[in-house]
Amino acid sequence: MSTQKHAHVAGIFEHPTRFAPDKSVPQLHAECAVGALRDAGLSLSDVDGYFCAGDAPGGGPLWMADYLNLKVRWLDGTEAGGCSYLAHIQHAAVAIAAGRCSIALITLAGKPRSSGMATGTMPQTAGSDRPEAPWTSTYRWSIAGIYGMCAQRHMHQYGTTLEQMAWVKVSASHHAQYNTRALLRKLLTIDDVMDSPVISDPIRRLDCCVITDGGGALVLTTPEIARSLSRPFVRVIGAGQTIYTNDGGYCDLTRTGAERSGAAAFREAGIMPSDIDYASIYDNFTIAVIMQLEDLGFCEKGRGGAFVADGNLISGVGKLPWNTDGGGLCNNHPMNRGGITKAIEAVRQLRGEAHPAVQVKNCRLALASGPGLVTGGGHAHASVIFERN
Amino acid sequence: MNPDKSTLTFEQDPLAIAYPESREFWVAAEMGNLLLKTCDECGRAHWYPRTLCPLCGSERTQWKVGSGTGTIYAFSRSRRMDPPCTLAYVTLSEGPMLMTHIVDARAEDLKIGQAVSVQFRPTAEGRAMPFFSTV
Repeated sequence: MSTQKHAHVAGIFEHPTRFAPDKSVPQLHAECAVGALRDAGLSLSDVDGYFCAGDAPGGGPLWMADYLNLKVRWLDGTEAGGCSYLAHIQHAAVAIAAGRCSIALITLAGKPRSSGMATGTMPQTAGSDRPEAPWTSTYRWSIAGIYGMCAQRHMHQYGTTLEQMAWVKVSASHHAQYNTRALLRKLLTIDDVMDSPVISDPIRRLDCCVITDGGGALVLTTPEIARSLSRPFVRVIGAGQTIYTNDGGYCDLTRTGAERSGAAAFREAGIMPSDIDYASIYDNFTIAVIMQLEDLGFCEKGRGGAFVADGNLISGVGKLPWNTDGGGLCNNHPMNRGGITKAIEAVRQLRGEAHPAVQVKNCRLALASGPGLVTGGGHAHASVIFERN
Repeated sequence: MNPDKSTLTFEQDPLAIAYPESREFWVAAEMGNLLLKTCDECGRAHWYPRTLCPLCGSERTQWKVGSGTGTIYAFSRSRRMDPPCTLAYVTLSEGPMLMTHIVDARAEDLKIGQAVSVQFRPTAEGRAMPFFSTV
């Protein structure tokens, strides 16, 4: 069933906190839920569909739905790492189109910063029940270690340079300087990134995203209800999701699921990458942005390094305004899951509610896209295209 | 790594015994042999080992002794690990790629494409695991 024209984004909310030692995870979820509903002009009693992922306490959607005392007729607890919320948008759009719910709430929250989680560099033991665990857990692999291999391989195959990777962080910092909530607001230079300490070769500290507490929420609804509310019309016109894994031992570390999730979203929307006015692309590491830009079709495979150089991602400077909130690299990466903030900034751009210094003029078509779990270590990927009308 | 023992070391390892269909792999590992699951239908070896061939869906797979040789696909020196280690993906001569560490070498001396061979080392949990060094 096509998602086209059925689902409108009625409400968005990005939690303002980046450090929340005084709040529980359910409390953060609840504040995000109420924030997005208030933005839409709706309340908890209006919600009849609830969507959350593995960050929701209790495992699955039941216990946050209970905490919020939702009277739902549709539940979805799809867990696909950081892109779960982009997949939820597609699921919500399909459920709305099928008449299974009319006001869908999606929430994310967590507090890795106040918990002191060294997300990128700690050995990944959490997935010890994953079927490959007997053959990988010994190697103390870290997220930075896997992305280090992705970057090294991309440099080897395509001649991508450390300086090109640094441009991604520098571009994010150009945007984050205007965001008073951003964890990292300092305007960075190429040298700042190049000179930052190596974490896992060739990934340097400033190639990595920030670690933050917080969360976000989205409310999707029918065209009829959207028309009764006072928010600008932003609708989902295309979406796609997929996985890209070990592939039986034959995977390519330079490629991502964006090839498939992006192609599906563009096909459904009936548009080309060149039609996109603004793109939110998940940026847990600088190399991840380069790989996804290629796989989404913004440039040829292997040309992502050249594409991001010289400020091509900076709003008002380059051809593709990207992550204008400062992204995960500088602004916010709540619960180490960047999918929902990607959708939120895309909607802000389409509404004309981005910071004036980074707002794209006449923004009509926006993409939000990203992986969940670890590119190069087995990941999900989801993409959503929104239209302002 | 003592074949004379009545109980093999991996039999104390919770992760190894949680995968009873992989027993043959851990037995061979203690003898220093790298077994690969290979498909009778499509003829290809895959990694990590499964009874069901992930490449063609056949349930007709069997263990075969691999060459234990391959080339470095990618590596990254994890400097924040204690102790630091060189995480790597190695492309085995039989085709599939596996996660491992490159040992007995300085990361600055390594190159993508370099030839490596397997050596098994005991883990703290009890099972022996494949590590690779340059040849």
